[in-house]
Amino acid sequence: MSDVPANIFEQQAANRRKTILVMAFFVLFVGFLGFGFDVFLLGFSPGGRAFPGFPIATFAALLLGGVGAYRGLENGARSVLNSSGAVPASPDDPRYRQLHNVVEEMAIAAGLPKPQVCVIPDPDPNAFATGKDPEHASIAVTQGLLDSLDREELQGVIAHEMGHVRNFDIRLMTVIAALIGAVMLLVEFGSRSMQFGGLGRGGRRNSSDRSGGGGGVVLLVFWVVGLILAPIISQLLAMAVSRQRELLADASGAELTRNPGALASALQKIDAAVEPTRSIKRGTAHLCIANPLGSSLDDKEGFFADLFSTHPPIRKRIMLLKGMAYQHA
Amino acid sequence: MGPLLILFILAVALVAWAIMKYNGLVTLRNQVANGWKQIDVQLKRRHDLIPNLVNTVRGSMEFEQETLQKVVAARGAAVSATGIADAAAKEGALSGALGRLFALAESYPSLKSNENVKQLQEELASTENKIGFARQFYNDIATKFNIGLQVFPGNIVARLFGFSPSELFEIKDAGERDVPQVDLSLKK
Repeated sequence: MSDVPANIFEQQAANRRKTILVMAFFVLFVGFLGFGFDVFLLGFSPGGRAFPGFPIATFAALLLGGVGAYRGLENGARSVLNSSGAVPASPDDPRYRQLHNVVEEMAIAAGLPKPQVCVIPDPDPNAFATGKDPEHASIAVTQGLLDSLDREELQGVIAHEMGHVRNFDIRLMTVIAALIGAVMLLVEFGSRSMQFGGLGRGGRRNSSDRSGGGGGVVLLVFWVVGLILAPIISQLLAMAVSRQRELLADASGAELTRNPGALASALQKIDAAVEPTRSIKRGTAHLCIANPLGSSLDDKEGFFADLFSTHPPIRKRIMLLKGMAYQHA
Repeated sequence: MGPLLILFILAVALVAWAIMKYNGLVTLRNQVANGWKQIDVQLKRRHDLIPNLVNTVRGSMEFEQETLQKVVAARGAAVSATGIADAAAKEGALSGALGRLFALAESYPSLKSNENVKQLQEELASTENKIGFARQFYNDIATKFNIGLQVFPGNIVARLFGFSPSELFEIKDAGERDVPQVDLSLKK
Protein backbone atom coordinates (compact mmCIF):
# COMPACT_ATOMS: atom_id res chain seq x y z
CA MET A 1 0.00 0.00 0.00
CA SER A 2 2.98 2.28 0.35
CA ASP A 3 3.19 3.08 -3.34
CA VAL A 4 -0.43 4.23 -3.59
CA PRO A 5 -0.50 7.79 -4.80
CA ALA A 6 -2.50 10.10 -2.56
CA ASN A 7 -4.04 12.28 -5.24
CA ILE A 8 -7.20 11.11 -6.99
CA PHE A 9 -6.02 12.33 -10.39
CA GLU A 10 -2.77 10.41 -9.96
CA GLN A 11 -4.79 7.33 -9.09
CA GLN A 12 -6.92 7.70 -12.19
CA ALA A 13 -3.84 8.20 -14.34
CA ALA A 14 -2.14 5.18 -12.74
CA ASN A 15 -5.20 3.03 -13.43
CA ARG A 16 -5.37 4.16 -17.04
CA ARG A 17 -1.68 3.34 -17.43
CA LYS A 18 -2.08 -0.09 -15.86
CA THR A 19 -5.06 -0.83 -18.12
CA ILE A 20 -2.98 -0.14 -21.21
CA LEU A 21 -0.16 -2.26 -19.78
CA VAL A 22 -2.50 -5.19 -19.17
CA MET A 23 -3.93 -4.89 -22.67
CA ALA A 24 -0.43 -4.76 -24.18
CA PHE A 25 0.57 -7.88 -22.24
CA PHE A 26 -2.52 -9.63 -23.50
CA VAL A 27 -1.78 -8.76 -27.13
CA LEU A 28 1.81 -9.96 -26.73
CA PHE A 29 0.62 -13.20 -25.14
CA VAL A 30 -1.78 -13.85 -28.00
CA GLY A 31 1.02 -13.07 -30.43
CA PHE A 32 3.22 -15.55 -28.57
CA LEU A 33 0.55 -18.22 -28.96
CA GLY A 34 0.33 -17.41 -32.65
CA PHE A 35 4.08 -17.66 -32.96
CA GLY A 36 3.98 -21.15 -31.51
CA PHE A 37 1.26 -21.98 -33.99
CA ASP A 38 3.52 -20.78 -36.79
CA VAL A 39 6.50 -22.79 -35.62
CA PHE A 40 4.91 -26.08 -34.62
CA LEU A 41 1.97 -26.34 -36.95
CA LEU A 42 2.92 -24.43 -40.07
CA GLY A 43 6.59 -25.32 -39.79
CA PHE A 44 7.83 -21.75 -39.81
CA SER A 45 11.40 -21.19 -38.70
CA PRO A 46 12.93 -17.76 -38.30
CA GLY A 47 15.41 -17.29 -41.12
CA GLY A 48 14.83 -20.79 -42.50
CA ARG A 49 13.71 -21.79 -46.00
CA ALA A 50 10.56 -23.28 -44.67
CA PHE A 51 7.04 -22.84 -45.91
CA PRO A 52 5.29 -20.36 -45.47
CA GLY A 53 8.32 -18.14 -44.85
CA PHE A 54 6.23 -15.50 -43.16
CA PRO A 55 4.90 -15.81 -39.58
CA ILE A 56 1.33 -15.41 -40.73
CA ALA A 57 -0.28 -16.87 -37.59
CA THR A 58 1.74 -14.53 -35.37
CA PHE A 59 0.49 -11.50 -37.24
CA ALA A 60 -3.06 -12.79 -37.35
CA ALA A 61 -2.86 -13.46 -33.60
CA LEU A 62 -1.49 -9.98 -32.84
CA LEU A 63 -4.34 -8.48 -34.84
CA LEU A 64 -6.87 -10.73 -33.15
CA GLY A 65 -5.39 -9.93 -29.73
CA GLY A 66 -5.64 -6.21 -30.44
CA VAL A 67 -9.28 -6.53 -31.43
CA GLY A 68 -9.93 -8.75 -28.41
CA ALA A 69 -8.31 -6.32 -25.98
CA TYR A 70 -10.31 -3.45 -27.45
CA ARG A 71 -13.53 -5.43 -27.20
CA GLY A 72 -12.64 -6.31 -23.61
CA LEU A 73 -12.49 -2.61 -22.85
CA GLU A 74 -15.69 -1.72 -24.70
CA ASN A 75 -17.90 -4.73 -23.90
CA GLY A 76 -16.20 -6.16 -20.82
CA ALA A 77 -18.73 -4.61 -18.45
CA ARG A 78 -21.66 -6.18 -20.27
CA SER A 79 -20.09 -9.64 -20.25
CA VAL A 80 -19.22 -9.33 -16.56
CA LEU A 81 -22.84 -8.38 -15.77
CA ASN A 82 -24.21 -11.15 -17.98
CA SER A 83 -21.95 -13.83 -16.54
CA SER A 84 -23.09 -13.02 -12.99
CA GLY A 85 -26.77 -12.96 -13.96
CA ALA A 86 -27.23 -9.30 -13.03
CA VAL A 87 -30.41 -7.69 -14.29
CA PRO A 88 -31.14 -3.95 -14.35
CA ALA A 89 -33.33 -2.92 -11.41
CA SER A 90 -36.34 -0.82 -12.33
CA PRO A 91 -36.45 2.50 -10.44
CA ASP A 92 -40.26 2.26 -10.38
CA ASP A 93 -40.23 -1.04 -8.51
CA PRO A 94 -40.87 -0.19 -4.83
CA ARG A 95 -38.47 -2.97 -3.77
CA TYR A 96 -35.54 -1.24 -5.51
CA ARG A 97 -36.58 2.34 -4.81
CA GLN A 98 -34.28 2.62 -1.79
CA LEU A 99 -31.35 1.08 -3.67
CA HIS A 100 -31.80 3.61 -6.47
CA ASN A 101 -31.99 6.44 -3.96
CA VAL A 102 -28.82 5.32 -2.19
CA VAL A 103 -26.92 4.99 -5.49
CA GLU A 104 -28.06 8.45 -6.51
CA GLU A 105 -27.00 9.89 -3.14
CA MET A 106 -23.51 8.46 -3.53
CA ALA A 107 -23.26 9.64 -7.14
CA ILE A 108 -24.08 13.15 -5.90
CA ALA A 109 -21.52 12.86 -3.12
CA ALA A 110 -18.87 11.84 -5.64
CA GLY A 111 -20.01 14.46 -8.17
CA LEU A 112 -20.46 11.79 -10.86
CA PRO A 113 -23.38 10.70 -13.06
CA LYS A 114 -25.61 8.02 -11.56
CA PRO A 115 -24.44 4.54 -12.64
CA GLN A 116 -26.75 1.83 -13.92
CA VAL A 117 -28.20 -0.19 -11.03
CA CYS A 118 -28.39 -4.00 -11.31
CA VAL A 119 -29.54 -6.75 -8.98
CA ILE A 120 -28.20 -10.32 -8.89
CA PRO A 121 -30.72 -12.91 -7.70
CA ASP A 122 -28.38 -14.58 -5.19
CA PRO A 123 -29.01 -14.97 -1.44
CA ASP A 124 -25.39 -14.32 -0.44
CA PRO A 125 -24.56 -10.65 0.25
CA ASN A 126 -22.05 -9.22 -2.22
CA ALA A 127 -21.64 -6.30 -4.64
CA PHE A 128 -19.40 -5.08 -7.43
CA ALA A 129 -18.96 -2.19 -9.84
CA THR A 130 -17.93 -2.45 -13.46
CA GLY A 131 -17.69 -0.29 -16.58
CA LYS A 132 -15.40 1.52 -18.95
CA ASP A 133 -15.39 4.87 -17.13
CA PRO A 134 -17.56 6.80 -14.63
CA GLU A 135 -19.89 7.85 -17.46
CA HIS A 136 -20.52 4.21 -18.41
CA ALA A 137 -20.52 2.48 -15.05
CA SER A 138 -22.78 -0.14 -13.45
CA ILE A 139 -23.18 -1.15 -9.83
CA ALA A 140 -24.56 -4.61 -9.13
CA VAL A 141 -25.69 -5.89 -5.74
CA THR A 142 -27.06 -9.31 -4.77
CA GLN A 143 -30.59 -9.72 -3.46
CA GLY A 144 -28.97 -11.09 -0.29
CA LEU A 145 -27.20 -7.79 0.28
CA LEU A 146 -30.46 -5.85 -0.01
CA ASP A 147 -32.16 -8.25 2.41
CA SER A 148 -29.50 -8.29 5.12
CA LEU A 149 -28.25 -4.68 5.32
CA ASP A 150 -30.00 -1.63 6.69
CA ARG A 151 -30.04 1.67 4.83
CA GLU A 152 -26.82 3.08 6.28
CA GLU A 153 -24.87 -0.13 5.71
CA LEU A 154 -26.12 -0.31 2.14
CA GLN A 155 -24.97 3.27 1.71
CA GLY A 156 -21.53 2.28 2.97
CA VAL A 157 -21.27 -0.56 0.46
CA ILE A 158 -22.49 1.61 -2.43
CA ALA A 159 -20.01 4.31 -1.39
CA HIS A 160 -17.21 1.71 -1.55
CA GLU A 161 -18.33 0.79 -5.08
CA MET A 162 -18.61 4.47 -6.04
CA GLY A 163 -14.99 4.81 -4.87
CA HIS A 164 -14.01 2.12 -7.41
CA VAL A 165 -15.95 4.02 -10.09
CA ARG A 166 -14.34 7.36 -9.27
CA ASN A 167 -10.77 5.99 -9.12
CA PHE A 168 -11.13 4.24 -12.51
CA ASP A 169 -10.57 0.89 -10.77
CA ILE A 170 -13.57 -0.38 -12.71
CA ARG A 171 -11.83 0.04 -16.05
CA LEU A 172 -8.72 -1.84 -14.99
CA MET A 173 -10.59 -4.64 -13.22
CA THR A 174 -13.17 -5.07 -15.98
CA VAL A 175 -10.48 -5.33 -18.65
CA ILE A 176 -8.65 -7.88 -16.50
CA ALA A 177 -11.86 -9.89 -16.04
CA ALA A 178 -12.60 -9.88 -19.77
CA LEU A 179 -9.03 -10.81 -20.69
CA ILE A 180 -8.78 -13.62 -18.12
CA GLY A 181 -11.76 -15.18 -19.85
CA ALA A 182 -10.06 -14.78 -23.22
CA VAL A 183 -6.79 -16.25 -21.91
CA MET A 184 -8.63 -19.34 -20.64
CA LEU A 185 -10.24 -19.85 -24.05
CA LEU A 186 -6.95 -19.34 -25.87
CA VAL A 187 -5.06 -21.75 -23.67
CA GLU A 188 -7.69 -24.37 -24.37
CA PHE A 189 -7.38 -23.67 -28.08
CA GLY A 190 -3.59 -23.60 -27.90
CA SER A 191 -3.23 -26.93 -26.13
CA ARG A 192 -5.61 -28.57 -28.59
CA SER A 193 -3.78 -27.23 -31.61
CA MET A 194 -0.55 -28.42 -30.07
CA GLN A 195 -1.86 -31.99 -29.93
CA PHE A 196 -2.98 -31.63 -33.51
CA GLY A 197 0.40 -30.17 -34.47
CA GLY A 198 2.19 -33.07 -32.78
CA LEU A 199 0.19 -35.56 -34.85
CA GLY A 200 0.90 -33.62 -37.99
CA ARG A 201 4.63 -33.74 -37.35
CA GLY A 202 4.58 -37.43 -36.69
CA GLY A 203 2.92 -38.09 -40.03
CA ARG A 204 3.61 -35.82 -42.91
CA ARG A 205 6.76 -33.98 -41.93
CA ASN A 206 8.78 -36.79 -40.46
CA SER A 207 11.88 -35.86 -42.38
CA SER A 208 11.74 -32.43 -40.86
CA ASP A 209 13.15 -29.44 -42.67
CA ARG A 210 13.41 -27.71 -39.31
CA SER A 211 16.73 -25.99 -38.79
CA GLY A 212 18.31 -26.66 -35.42
CA GLY A 213 16.19 -29.30 -33.70
CA GLY A 214 17.59 -28.40 -30.24
CA GLY A 215 16.47 -24.81 -30.53
CA GLY A 216 13.04 -26.03 -31.57
CA VAL A 217 12.73 -28.19 -28.46
CA VAL A 218 13.72 -25.31 -26.18
CA LEU A 219 11.17 -23.13 -27.91
CA LEU A 220 8.52 -25.80 -27.58
CA VAL A 221 9.19 -26.19 -23.85
CA PHE A 222 9.11 -22.43 -23.42
CA TRP A 223 5.85 -22.22 -25.31
CA VAL A 224 4.16 -25.04 -23.39
CA VAL A 225 5.27 -23.63 -20.04
CA GLY A 226 3.92 -20.24 -21.07
CA LEU A 227 0.65 -21.87 -22.02
CA ILE A 228 0.36 -23.67 -18.70
CA LEU A 229 1.34 -20.69 -16.58
CA ALA A 230 -0.74 -18.04 -18.38
CA PRO A 231 -4.04 -18.68 -16.57
CA ILE A 232 -2.31 -18.81 -13.19
CA ILE A 233 -0.31 -15.67 -13.86
CA SER A 234 -3.35 -13.74 -15.03
CA GLN A 235 -5.29 -14.82 -11.93
CA LEU A 236 -2.42 -13.76 -9.68
CA LEU A 237 -2.29 -10.43 -11.46
CA ALA A 238 -6.01 -9.88 -10.92
CA MET A 239 -5.66 -10.73 -7.24
CA ALA A 240 -2.70 -8.44 -6.70
CA VAL A 241 -4.49 -5.53 -8.35
CA SER A 242 -7.68 -6.17 -6.42
CA ARG A 243 -6.04 -6.47 -2.99
CA GLN A 244 -4.41 -3.13 -3.49
CA ARG A 245 -7.58 -1.39 -4.62
CA GLU A 246 -9.97 -2.70 -1.95
CA LEU A 247 -8.47 -0.83 1.00
CA LEU A 248 -8.41 2.33 -1.05
CA ALA A 249 -12.07 1.94 -2.03
CA ASP A 250 -12.94 1.44 1.65
CA ALA A 251 -11.26 4.74 2.41
CA SER A 252 -12.95 6.48 -0.56
CA GLY A 253 -16.29 5.14 0.62
CA ALA A 254 -15.70 6.52 4.09
CA GLU A 255 -14.77 9.85 2.57
CA LEU A 256 -18.05 9.98 0.61
CA THR A 257 -20.40 9.02 3.46
CA ARG A 258 -18.26 10.39 6.31
CA ASN A 259 -19.60 7.32 8.10
CA PRO A 260 -16.94 4.55 8.10
CA GLY A 261 -18.72 2.68 10.89
CA ALA A 262 -21.63 1.74 8.60
CA LEU A 263 -19.31 0.13 6.04
CA ALA A 264 -17.51 -1.71 8.85
CA SER A 265 -20.77 -3.19 10.12
CA ALA A 266 -21.81 -4.06 6.54
CA LEU A 267 -18.51 -5.93 6.08
CA GLN A 268 -19.13 -7.75 9.34
CA LYS A 269 -22.51 -8.94 8.07
CA ILE A 270 -21.03 -9.93 4.69
CA ASP A 271 -18.27 -11.81 6.49
CA ALA A 272 -20.75 -13.62 8.73
CA ALA A 273 -22.61 -14.99 5.68
CA VAL A 274 -20.37 -17.97 5.03
CA GLU A 275 -22.09 -19.18 1.86
CA PRO A 276 -20.17 -18.53 -1.35
CA THR A 277 -21.82 -16.21 -3.86
CA ARG A 278 -22.63 -18.83 -6.47
CA SER A 279 -23.70 -16.42 -9.21
CA ILE A 280 -20.27 -14.87 -9.37
CA LYS A 281 -17.68 -16.83 -11.29
CA ARG A 282 -14.02 -17.16 -10.44
CA GLY A 283 -13.00 -14.85 -13.28
CA THR A 284 -14.89 -11.90 -11.80
CA ALA A 285 -14.11 -12.54 -8.12
CA HIS A 286 -11.63 -9.68 -7.95
CA LEU A 287 -14.38 -7.15 -8.74
CA CYS A 288 -16.47 -7.89 -5.65
CA ILE A 289 -16.52 -6.10 -2.32
CA ALA A 290 -15.81 -9.39 -0.51
CA ASN A 291 -14.39 -12.60 -1.95
CA PRO A 292 -17.39 -14.42 -3.48
CA LEU A 293 -15.68 -17.81 -3.29
CA GLY A 294 -16.07 -17.85 0.47
CA SER A 295 -12.38 -18.60 0.73
CA SER A 296 -10.94 -18.86 4.21
CA LEU A 297 -7.63 -17.65 2.80
CA ASP A 298 -8.89 -14.11 3.02
CA ASP A 299 -8.88 -14.43 6.78
CA LYS A 300 -5.20 -15.18 6.94
CA GLU A 301 -2.18 -13.03 6.51
CA GLY A 302 1.28 -13.92 5.32
CA PHE A 303 3.01 -14.45 2.01
CA PHE A 304 0.99 -17.40 0.71
CA ALA A 305 -2.37 -15.96 1.67
CA ASP A 306 -1.30 -12.60 0.29
CA LEU A 307 -0.49 -14.16 -3.06
CA PHE A 308 -3.64 -16.21 -3.47
CA SER A 309 -6.46 -14.06 -2.15
CA THR A 310 -8.33 -11.38 -4.05
CA HIS A 311 -9.04 -9.34 -0.96
CA PRO A 312 -7.21 -8.16 2.12
CA PRO A 313 -8.34 -9.93 5.30
CA ILE A 314 -11.85 -8.65 6.02
CA ARG A 315 -11.06 -8.28 9.72
CA LYS A 316 -8.16 -6.00 8.90
CA ARG A 317 -10.50 -3.88 6.75
CA ILE A 318 -13.07 -3.67 9.53
CA MET A 319 -10.37 -2.69 12.00
CA LEU A 320 -9.10 0.08 9.72
CA LEU A 321 -12.63 1.43 9.19
CA LYS A 322 -13.35 1.38 12.89
CA GLY A 323 -10.15 3.31 13.41
CA MET A 324 -11.44 5.95 10.99
CA ALA A 325 -14.79 6.05 12.78
CA TYR A 326 -13.00 6.57 16.07
CA GLN A 327 -11.08 9.51 14.65
CA HIS A 328 -14.31 11.04 13.36
CA ALA A 329 -16.10 10.78 16.66
CA MET B 1 20.90 35.90 -29.14
CA GLY B 2 21.39 37.49 -25.77
CA PRO B 3 19.51 38.94 -22.83
CA LEU B 4 16.69 39.97 -25.20
CA LEU B 5 15.98 36.37 -26.17
CA ILE B 6 16.04 35.23 -22.54
CA LEU B 7 13.64 38.04 -21.65
CA PHE B 8 11.36 37.01 -24.51
CA ILE B 9 11.34 33.36 -23.40
CA LEU B 10 10.56 34.43 -19.84
CA ALA B 11 7.66 36.59 -21.02
CA VAL B 12 6.21 33.74 -23.09
CA ALA B 13 6.51 31.35 -20.12
CA LEU B 14 4.79 33.87 -17.87
CA VAL B 15 1.89 34.35 -20.28
CA ALA B 16 1.55 30.58 -20.72
CA TRP B 17 1.44 30.12 -16.95
CA ALA B 18 -1.20 32.88 -16.58
CA ILE B 19 -3.36 31.25 -19.28
CA MET B 20 -3.12 27.88 -17.57
CA LYS B 21 -4.00 29.38 -14.20
CA TYR B 22 -6.91 31.31 -15.71
CA ASN B 23 -8.32 28.23 -17.46
CA GLY B 24 -7.98 26.21 -14.28
CA LEU B 25 -9.95 28.80 -12.35
CA VAL B 26 -12.67 28.97 -15.02
CA THR B 27 -13.03 25.17 -14.90
CA LEU B 28 -13.34 25.24 -11.11
CA ARG B 29 -15.85 28.10 -11.23
CA ASN B 30 -18.04 26.07 -13.59
CA GLN B 31 -17.79 23.06 -11.32
CA VAL B 32 -18.87 25.24 -8.40
CA ALA B 33 -21.86 26.50 -10.41
CA ASN B 34 -22.73 22.93 -11.35
CA GLY B 35 -22.43 21.85 -7.72
CA TRP B 36 -24.84 24.57 -6.70
CA LYS B 37 -27.29 23.47 -9.41
CA GLN B 38 -27.18 19.95 -7.94
CA ILE B 39 -28.22 21.30 -4.53
CA ASP B 40 -30.92 23.35 -6.21
CA VAL B 41 -32.37 20.32 -8.00
CA GLN B 42 -32.65 18.41 -4.73
CA LEU B 43 -34.15 21.38 -2.86
CA LYS B 44 -36.84 21.71 -5.56
CA ARG B 45 -37.53 18.01 -5.29
CA ARG B 46 -38.05 18.34 -1.56
CA HIS B 47 -40.38 21.29 -2.09
CA ASP B 48 -42.44 19.17 -4.48
CA LEU B 49 -42.64 16.23 -2.11
CA ILE B 50 -43.83 18.13 0.96
CA PRO B 51 -47.44 18.98 -0.09
CA ASN B 52 -47.85 15.28 -0.89
CA LEU B 53 -46.63 14.29 2.55
CA VAL B 54 -48.72 16.84 4.38
CA ASN B 55 -51.87 15.69 2.56
CA THR B 56 -51.14 12.05 3.34
CA VAL B 57 -50.59 12.49 7.06
CA ARG B 58 -53.15 15.27 7.69
CA GLY B 59 -56.03 12.87 8.37
CA SER B 60 -54.15 10.83 10.96
CA MET B 61 -52.40 13.71 12.65
CA GLU B 62 -55.17 16.21 13.21
CA PHE B 63 -53.89 16.87 16.72
CA GLU B 64 -50.59 18.06 15.32
CA GLN B 65 -51.93 20.84 13.15
CA GLU B 66 -49.34 23.24 14.50
CA THR B 67 -46.44 21.03 13.42
CA LEU B 68 -47.95 20.55 9.98
CA GLN B 69 -48.49 24.28 9.57
CA LYS B 70 -44.88 24.92 10.57
CA VAL B 71 -43.71 22.55 7.82
CA VAL B 72 -45.93 24.27 5.25
CA ALA B 73 -44.77 27.72 6.35
CA ALA B 74 -41.11 26.69 6.32
CA ARG B 75 -41.57 25.28 2.84
CA GLY B 76 -43.16 28.53 1.65
CA ALA B 77 -40.25 30.52 3.04
CA ALA B 78 -37.68 28.17 1.47
CA VAL B 79 -39.30 28.34 -1.97
CA SER B 80 -39.04 32.13 -2.01
CA ALA B 81 -35.43 32.23 -0.75
CA THR B 82 -32.92 34.27 -2.75
CA GLY B 83 -29.16 33.82 -2.70
CA ILE B 84 -27.02 31.08 -1.21
CA ALA B 85 -26.86 32.26 2.40
CA ASP B 86 -30.62 32.96 2.55
CA ALA B 87 -31.45 29.58 0.97
CA ALA B 88 -29.12 27.80 3.38
CA ALA B 89 -30.82 29.38 6.40
CA LYS B 90 -34.39 28.73 5.23
CA GLU B 91 -33.69 25.20 4.03
CA GLY B 92 -32.10 24.51 7.39
CA ALA B 93 -35.31 25.64 9.10
CA LEU B 94 -37.34 23.40 6.78
CA SER B 95 -35.14 20.41 7.63
CA GLY B 96 -35.77 21.08 11.30
CA ALA B 97 -39.55 21.29 10.85
CA LEU B 98 -39.58 18.06 8.83
CA GLY B 99 -37.49 16.30 11.44
CA ARG B 100 -40.00 17.21 14.15
CA LEU B 101 -42.86 16.00 11.95
CA PHE B 102 -41.22 12.62 11.43
CA ALA B 103 -40.41 12.31 15.12
CA LEU B 104 -44.08 12.92 15.96
CA ALA B 105 -45.28 10.52 13.23
CA GLU B 106 -43.40 7.74 15.06
CA SER B 107 -46.09 7.78 17.73
CA TYR B 108 -48.94 7.14 15.25
CA PRO B 109 -49.10 3.38 14.54
CA SER B 110 -51.52 3.91 11.64
CA LEU B 111 -48.95 6.16 9.96
CA LYS B 112 -46.02 3.88 10.64
CA SER B 113 -47.73 0.97 8.89
CA ASN B 114 -49.07 3.03 5.97
CA GLU B 115 -47.21 1.98 2.76
CA ASN B 116 -47.80 5.37 1.19
CA VAL B 117 -46.28 7.19 4.15
CA LYS B 118 -43.35 4.76 4.21
CA GLN B 119 -42.64 5.48 0.55
CA LEU B 120 -42.88 9.21 1.09
CA GLN B 121 -40.68 8.98 4.13
CA GLU B 122 -38.02 7.08 2.16
CA GLU B 123 -38.20 9.66 -0.63
CA LEU B 124 -37.90 12.56 1.78
CA ALA B 125 -35.14 10.92 3.80
CA SER B 126 -33.25 10.25 0.57
CA THR B 127 -33.82 13.80 -0.67
CA GLU B 128 -32.54 15.04 2.66
CA ASN B 129 -29.41 12.88 2.20
CA LYS B 130 -28.98 14.09 -1.37
CA ILE B 131 -29.15 17.69 -0.20
CA GLY B 132 -26.54 16.88 2.42
CA PHE B 133 -24.19 15.15 -0.03
CA ALA B 134 -24.71 17.80 -2.70
CA ARG B 135 -23.83 20.40 -0.06
CA GLN B 136 -20.75 18.41 0.95
CA PHE B 137 -19.61 18.22 -2.68
CA TYR B 138 -20.41 21.90 -3.30
CA ASN B 139 -18.54 23.06 -0.21
CA ASP B 140 -15.51 20.90 -1.08
CA ILE B 141 -15.28 22.23 -4.62
CA ALA B 142 -16.05 25.83 -3.59
CA THR B 143 -13.31 25.66 -0.94
CA LYS B 144 -10.89 24.39 -3.58
CA PHE B 145 -11.89 27.29 -5.84
CA ASN B 146 -11.52 29.83 -3.05
CA ILE B 147 -8.09 28.50 -2.10
CA GLY B 148 -7.10 28.76 -5.77
CA LEU B 149 -8.15 32.41 -5.69
CA GLN B 150 -6.26 33.25 -2.54
CA VAL B 151 -2.90 31.48 -2.68
CA PHE B 152 0.13 33.26 -4.10
CA PRO B 153 0.91 33.69 -6.96
CA GLY B 154 -2.40 32.52 -8.44
CA ASN B 155 -4.16 35.37 -6.63
CA ILE B 156 -2.52 37.85 -9.04
CA VAL B 157 -4.24 36.17 -11.99
CA ALA B 158 -7.50 36.00 -10.03
CA ARG B 159 -7.31 39.71 -9.17
CA LEU B 160 -6.45 40.58 -12.79
CA PHE B 161 -9.54 38.86 -14.20
CA GLY B 162 -11.88 39.77 -11.39
CA PHE B 163 -12.72 36.32 -9.97
CA SER B 164 -14.75 36.53 -6.79
CA PRO B 165 -14.82 33.83 -4.10
CA SER B 166 -17.85 31.52 -3.78
CA GLU B 167 -20.07 31.46 -0.73
CA LEU B 168 -20.15 28.21 1.18
CA PHE B 169 -23.50 26.57 1.89
CA GLU B 170 -23.50 26.78 5.67
CA ILE B 171 -26.19 26.13 8.20
CA LYS B 172 -26.89 29.56 9.64
CA ASP B 173 -30.24 28.69 11.17
CA ALA B 174 -30.02 28.56 14.93
CA GLY B 175 -32.75 25.89 15.03
CA GLU B 176 -30.62 23.24 13.39
CA ARG B 177 -27.64 23.77 15.65
CA ASP B 178 -29.75 24.09 18.71
CA VAL B 179 -29.00 21.62 21.47
CA PRO B 180 -32.21 20.43 23.15
CA GLN B 181 -32.77 22.23 26.44
CA VAL B 182 -33.13 19.85 29.33
CA ASP B 183 -34.33 21.33 32.57
CA LEU B 184 -33.16 19.19 35.44
CA SER B 185 -34.01 21.58 38.21
CA LEU B 186 -36.68 20.17 40.47
CA LYS B 187 -39.70 22.40 40.34
CA LYS B 188 -42.03 22.40 43.24
